[in-house]
Amino acid sequence: MILRPRVEDTRTIGYYLGKVIVGLGTVMLLPMVLGLACNEFNPALDFCIGAQISLIIGILLIKLCDTDKDLSWMQGMIVVSLSWLVAMVLGAIPMFLSGHWHSFLDACFDSMSGFATTGLTLVWDLDHLALSHNFWRHLIMFVGGQGIVIVILSLLVKGTSGAFKMYIGEARDEKILPNVVNTSRFIWLVSIIYFILGTLVLGVVGITEGMPKGSAFFHGACIFMAAFDTGGFTPQSQNILYYHSAAIEMVTIVIMILGAINFRLHYHIWMGNRREITKNIETVAFFFSVSLLFVLVAIGLNQMQAYPYASMLFRKGFYQFISGHTGTGHGTLYAPQFINDWSQLALVGLIIAMALGGAVCSTTGAIKMLRVGVVMKALFQDIKRVILPDKSIVIQKFHHIRDVFLEDHQARTALIITLAYLALYGIGSLVGMLLGYPFLSSLFESTSAAANVGLSCGITQPAMPAALKITYIFQMWAGRLEFISVFTLIGFFVAAIRGK
Amino acid sequence: MNNMRWLFRTVFFAVFFLFAARACYAQPVSSADLINNATRFDAARISYEGEAIGDIMYRGNFAWVNLHDGTNAIGVWLEGDAAKTIQRTGSYQSKGDWVEVTGTFHRACIVHGGDLDIHAETVRVIKPGRPYAEKLNVRKINFALVLLVILGAVWILKQLKLK
Repeated sequence: MILRPRVEDTRTIGYYLGKVIVGLGTVMLLPMVLGLACNEFNPALDFCIGAQISLIIGILLIKLCDTDKDLSWMQGMIVVSLSWLVAMVLGAIPMFLSGHWHSFLDACFDSMSGFATTGLTLVWDLDHLALSHNFWRHLIMFVGGQGIVIVILSLLVKGTSGAFKMYIGEARDEKILPNVVNTSRFIWLVSIIYFILGTLVLGVVGITEGMPKGSAFFHGACIFMAAFDTGGFTPQSQNILYYHSAAIEMVTIVIMILGAINFRLHYHIWMGNRREITKNIETVAFFFSVSLLFVLVAIGLNQMQAYPYASMLFRKGFYQFISGHTGTGHGTLYAPQFINDWSQLALVGLIIAMALGGAVCSTTGAIKMLRVGVVMKALFQDIKRVILPDKSIVIQKFHHIRDVFLEDHQARTALIITLAYLALYGIGSLVGMLLGYPFLSSLFESTSAAANVGLSCGITQPAMPAALKITYIFQMWAGRLEFISVFTLIGFFVAAIRGK
Repeated sequence: MNNMRWLFRTVFFAVFFLFAARACYAQPVSSADLINNATRFDAARISYEGEAIGDIMYRGNFAWVNLHDGTNAIGVWLEGDAAKTIQRTGSYQSKGDWVEVTGTFHRACIVHGGDLDIHAETVRVIKPGRPYAEKLNVRKINFALVLLVILGAVWILKQLKLK
């Protein structure tokens, strides 16, 4: 028997949702101030309107649902999944008001793409977009990369056990410090230190590459936010190709890889435990995956004679490849070049890399390296069981911060999430094909959306069917939250309708 | 007489084809054509025009300018002196100069690490850019003021409840 949710459940969810919305409204004040400082008065008004609508809704929810109760698991998951949808809609308001998105759905698409750190975009005339709007596009990646709910609650709430449930709900599998609020504050600390360093380096490189100082540092800040949070937006329509700079490509490769590393690993490296890099199952799996798949991509590019020299093949091939593998989506190619210049083998290599992603507890999406490593270990364990005598006990270990004995439930969980991702990639491809797009293009774009990558082979554009836009929004949302909180929300609505 | 007619016809067709060929050559290629048919245009001498956007990035005696023709922007590698003829680039604050370049198109440029680009030989500003005068949107101001009143009322309501 399904039980209908109680009024208390709705009140608690509403209360915490209200807090998240108030936080989001406050964040909108940053681009508003930037707009005023840069004499962009209409864009500043866009953010003023967006912030006020958010604050009104947020304060009303807090008032109407006032409660001192902590969140249950179910409530925490629903707050997370609802918060991301509400953030998408509210974040889209200033975008839509700018007039650079053809419809509110397009603005919602870019808003979800930003928060989920995907990088697919439907913006129109990006090269004339106001600085404050461009800043907002990248800021939502920075906020979304850390996790909207936990970022806002770690600033607004002093300490709550409910925060842990939301932390898990936002697809963060691991705590770095004993307290989850301290963990998210540590994630903030790491991100802000890297932000300062990354912006400085990108700014200086930009100046040496001929950009004016102000522009170089603005672009540096935006690109850092997008690269470290494995987002993929850039301030100009040509993405990283705009800069025509090997130096900027190299710096962004380093930042993308830093963003794809587990924050827990960052913590251990910061604490001086550098050996963890070579021992950790995720970094080992990432190294093997990058090595093997790039060979596949390189052979594919060579088949097509896409680039006459090995250095060119490496610069173009590896950049798109590592951008896809880390789930970033920065590119130095035009979308049609993937289909015209890259062989099917190279595209398949890139699609697999996008589907696998980076580390857990990082800013990447997709299946993630820990799960890939665990599934491979489980496979080896089963092969050993078959090969070795019946009475032998087969033990499989892996190293992830500490030595862990592989248990069946770990393998089962990793496999279930892996299958869920594969299904999500498949659903998007199927919808693409139903709407008339070729198989490989549909698979490429669907994987890019669901794995929160952002590379495009040309399907994503304002003229694409609304059904596909909604499909990709769903994929970005479900892919970023890793399903559990999304399934809980669906279950909540089913219980509200059919429960007794 | 027949000879005269033959001569006249020959001269007429020669002049016609000369002008037609020149007209074809002068016809700028769109960015969509260049990107979608990059192999066909590779190493060809082409004419391309678009709005100069973003920053002009000087690299030694040369510079990069990105020209947007309304569909895509393509990077143009040109001499620094030629780049200086471009006075204004497109941004939120301004419409950039509309520039025509003739030069060699590369699908994967050997000099620039495989970038799809154009190496310009001639650069000409067809239409100068202009600054945008931002007019305040009165409807947005009114809407923001109404929201401010509502926000104030909601805030007071919340404070009353707390007391």
